Amino acid sequence: MESKHLTFSDFLSYVSRNSGMLWEYFIQHLTMVVIGLGLAVIVGVPLGILCSKNKWAAKVILFITNILQVVPSLAMLVVLMLWMGLGTKTVMVGLFLYSLNPIARNTYVGLKQVDPSYLESGKGIGMSAFQLLIKVRFPLSLTYIMSGLRIAAVIAIGVVTIAPLVGGGGLGREIYAGLNSNNSLRIFAGAIPAALLAIVADIVLGILQRKMDLTKRKSGAAPAPTKVQKIL
Amino acid sequence: MIVLEHVNKVYDNGFHALKDINLEFKEGEITVLIGPSGCGKSTTMKLINALNSSSSGKVLIDGKDISGLNPVELRRNIGYVIQSVGLFPHMNISKNVGVVPRLKKWDKDKIDQKVNELLDMVGLDHTIYSNRYPSELSGGQQQRVGVARALAADPDIILMDEPFSALDPISREQLQDELIRLQQDLHKTIIFVTHDMDEAIKIADTIILMKDGEVVQTGKPDTILRHPANDFVRNFIGSKRLENENESIYEIPLVDEVMITNPVTAFPGRGLAEAIKMMEMKRVDSLLIVDRNKQLQGAVSIYRVLDQYGEEGKTVADVMHPVRYSVASGSTLPQAIEIMDSHQLSNLPVIDSNNRFLGLITRGSVVKHLAEVYPTMVPPLLNGEDE
Repeated sequence: MESKHLTFSDFLSYVSRNSGMLWEYFIQHLTMVVIGLGLAVIVGVPLGILCSKNKWAAKVILFITNILQVVPSLAMLVVLMLWMGLGTKTVMVGLFLYSLNPIARNTYVGLKQVDPSYLESGKGIGMSAFQLLIKVRFPLSLTYIMSGLRIAAVIAIGVVTIAPLVGGGGLGREIYAGLNSNNSLRIFAGAIPAALLAIVADIVLGILQRKMDLTKRKSGAAPAPTKVQKIL
Repeated sequence: MIVLEHVNKVYDNGFHALKDINLEFKEGEITVLIGPSGCGKSTTMKLINALNSSSSGKVLIDGKDISGLNPVELRRNIGYVIQSVGLFPHMNISKNVGVVPRLKKWDKDKIDQKVNELLDMVGLDHTIYSNRYPSELSGGQQQRVGVARALAADPDIILMDEPFSALDPISREQLQDELIRLQQDLHKTIIFVTHDMDEAIKIADTIILMKDGEVVQTGKPDTILRHPANDFVRNFIGSKRLENENESIYEIPLVDEVMITNPVTAFPGRGLAEAIKMMEMKRVDSLLIVDRNKQLQGAVSIYRVLDQYGEEGKTVADVMHPVRYSVASGSTLPQAIEIMDSHQLSNLPVIDSNNRFLGLITRGSVVKHLAEVYPTMVPPLLNGEDE
């Protein structure tokens, strides 16, 4: 058992010596998250639209995706592994199932919250149901969909750290290697970038989410508010 | 022309929203549908662009039954303005105005040109507003854009569902005036829903009054004001407008009610200096010369007095001119106005059967009378009384 205290410089030197490997883990980590989420968006958004069209579809879809989400992540990955075998693919399918609920639910809520006056005027001036969806309802629910994506992304980045248990890669591999070899440097080298990734994703997607709130959209040409000159 | 034939609307819960509606909306006119909330006025209007369907009966536009038309296509050819404006917040102003032409797949250049033209037409400079977003505009400006959007694809028919009722009173007045101005050039068939009688009287060519899903009365604003069909109409027009009902609205006013009873008069023997002093004190530019028997002798103007002022012995009787026109007590105001109008008179004396002077009709007294009788609706009634 190592008894010596680890310093920050030890950590930095470990990271710099193994930067190639850590970078590779990082990219694997990110790839799994992006593909898993991408699949969830491709499937979840249409599911959300379906929910907004039909009350029964909404009940069924939200119930099923909700169950998928409350299954503990480890259990979900293990069950998938039994069916799909070991590998990155299993992790990505797990992430996909895990992210469906926040995305479908937020799409549904976003479409539902659009102010009825926009729908009435859209319909009244002669938009078909599809045009109304594409030109009015969807743009006005983007901020909600983005918020769903943000929740899903933060969860996914965390869940992916257990990928090595089902044969996936990513920063989790470094964490488990550290646990197995009782090397806290390696644990930190895996955990800190994973945590930072989650934080950065949360911030960036949060900014995007606010940008996509189009209900109070402004032009750049708006009369600038009186500028307060800072006197030094 | 739009015709509704025996239209009924019964909801699933049994509520009979429209009961055998038969209406005609004339081409190029503003027809106002008015009534208390829940009377079916909006429901009736929305039959025309198929936002509502009737349970029975027909809606014909230019003789064609609209139930045979594609509702989406139909709506693209009918302008639509709603109370909450409903501009799309994610589209800038020019995109909002051009939305129907884009749906109709017009040429891009043609759309841009039309949008700019319409923005200028509704009083928004397109160089300033094209790229703004709805949230950057005031409520009144937004509804101007709403009107421009309804006009964009050059529809013959425009439906307006309480378009100005959410605006502040000043913007509302402005937009009503603009609508009247635009309509003079455009001659669209406009169907306008409101619950505000003042608004209806101001803009309508024809008013259709509804209650509980039935048409109560149809007619020109003046006809409805003068001949309300029943107590409901009378109440709806409002007590304020009707409080002088017996003496004035339904009977044409007499000159005796309108005339000034104490105009500035002078006896024929007054000197010129006295006459000037009187005019100065009473702030008038002429005096009526009335003798002791109240017989009207003539009138003098300040110019005439000043002209002869140098001759000290003269009295007003020497310089006065005869009064050529007068009107008998008991004549109607339109008769008096007719005389004043055709002879370019600024005033007109009222005399009784013995030629005694009773009072004077001036332009000021006419305006004052109208303002007292019709406190909230002077402009339309002036038109009515001019004839």
